[in-house]
Amino acid sequence: MSRPEFQAPPEIYYGDAEAKKYTNNSRIQQIQADMTYRALELLNLPPDQPALLLDIGCGSGLSGEILDEQGHVWVGVDVAPSMLEVALEREVEGDLFLQDIGQGFGFRPGSFDGAISISVIQWLLNAETSHPTSSPPHRLQRFFTTLHAALRNPSRAVFQFYPTSDDQVQLITSMAQKAGFGGGIVVDYPNSNKARKVFLCLFVGGGGGQQVPKGLEAEGADGEEHAKFEKARERLRKKMDGKRKNIKDKEWILKKKDLYRRRGKEGVPNDSKYTGRKRRAAF
Amino acid sequence: MVRLITHNLLACHAKGCTSNNFPLQFKDIQVELREAEFNSDFLRGFLPRIEWAALVDASRQLGDTSLPAEQPEMLDDDFLQKLHHVLLEIHVEEGAMICPNCHHVYPISNGIPNMLLAEHEIG
Repeated sequence: MSRPEFQAPPEIYYGDAEAKKYTNNSRIQQIQADMTYRALELLNLPPDQPALLLDIGCGSGLSGEILDEQGHVWVGVDVAPSMLEVALEREVEGDLFLQDIGQGFGFRPGSFDGAISISVIQWLLNAETSHPTSSPPHRLQRFFTTLHAALRNPSRAVFQFYPTSDDQVQLITSMAQKAGFGGGIVVDYPNSNKARKVFLCLFVGGGGGQQVPKGLEAEGADGEEHAKFEKARERLRKKMDGKRKNIKDKEWILKKKDLYRRRGKEGVPNDSKYTGRKRRAAF
Repeated sequence: MVRLITHNLLACHAKGCTSNNFPLQFKDIQVELREAEFNSDFLRGFLPRIEWAALVDASRQLGDTSLPAEQPEMLDDDFLQKLHHVLLEIHVEEGAMICPNCHHVYPISNGIPNMLLAEHEIG
């Protein structure tokens, strides 16, 4: 199936059914949680200090719940009303806004201690109408400049996203730099097809002293290369070794003979205590 | 769930509306009170970012008069409790917010403000 952002705009793609599906899928929940923890790590907030964070594309509040757990207060924006409805049903703690991030934010300068966004900004790369304000560069520019203003100095914004090509990465990073952000792309597990995750890690201020963090590498030389259940398969193979049961045992022979008799076949041998036994060795 | 903490950060973002666009005025609102966990560290950290006059004004509009007109120098527990109540426990569920400059109306329904702009209003 093609990517969701090619099928319909987000507020239509994440309709009632898709919003429920997305929120109740335990695999998506797990991935979302992992990425949120990683984004928080990259955000590098001062320890033991509750912060006010902006969750861009908060959806049903899956990542917001993790921010709550960590003791932060958050504000979420999303363009899909159905997703926000699910968030209301789940009684999340943060304040929610129905807002198109490509239209920019209206937050006062220096409002937030940081921003995170999980699997969202690839949605900004599609033009929905031919109006000039609907072109991806314009939307990205509006998004990054207003976000840059809304963040404190110094602070960070971390976006996890799914680019389809290097050109997209190029466009997004160049627009972010034009808006005044420092920082760059962090790729986790770059050699794995499945675990590979792209984070855009942006800095506000800090005098250029902030270093782009390193992406995570796979553990061990080929940690991610194996199939997921290979261990289990190996264990099973070991257990079965040498103890394979003969299928054509006494029980099977008796069943067959009984079947033939019932069908009226002639010359079926009689049953005895020797049925199904191995012959003695001839020598 | 518009609480005053976010209302205090929110300005109008329509095209060309760059001055006198804060704070947004409430209109026809319904308020709900919901208890929240008190966290004095967070309040102390957030205090420097508050536009005090706007907060007091907004809290009066919502019918809460517990805050003093001038921001006090001393942060005692009693004051932080009041601030906590005003910032985090008053939820605006229905109504609208209006920009004082361009009079754009941001309707609030089910506690979620609709911040979407029409094509010609996008900056």
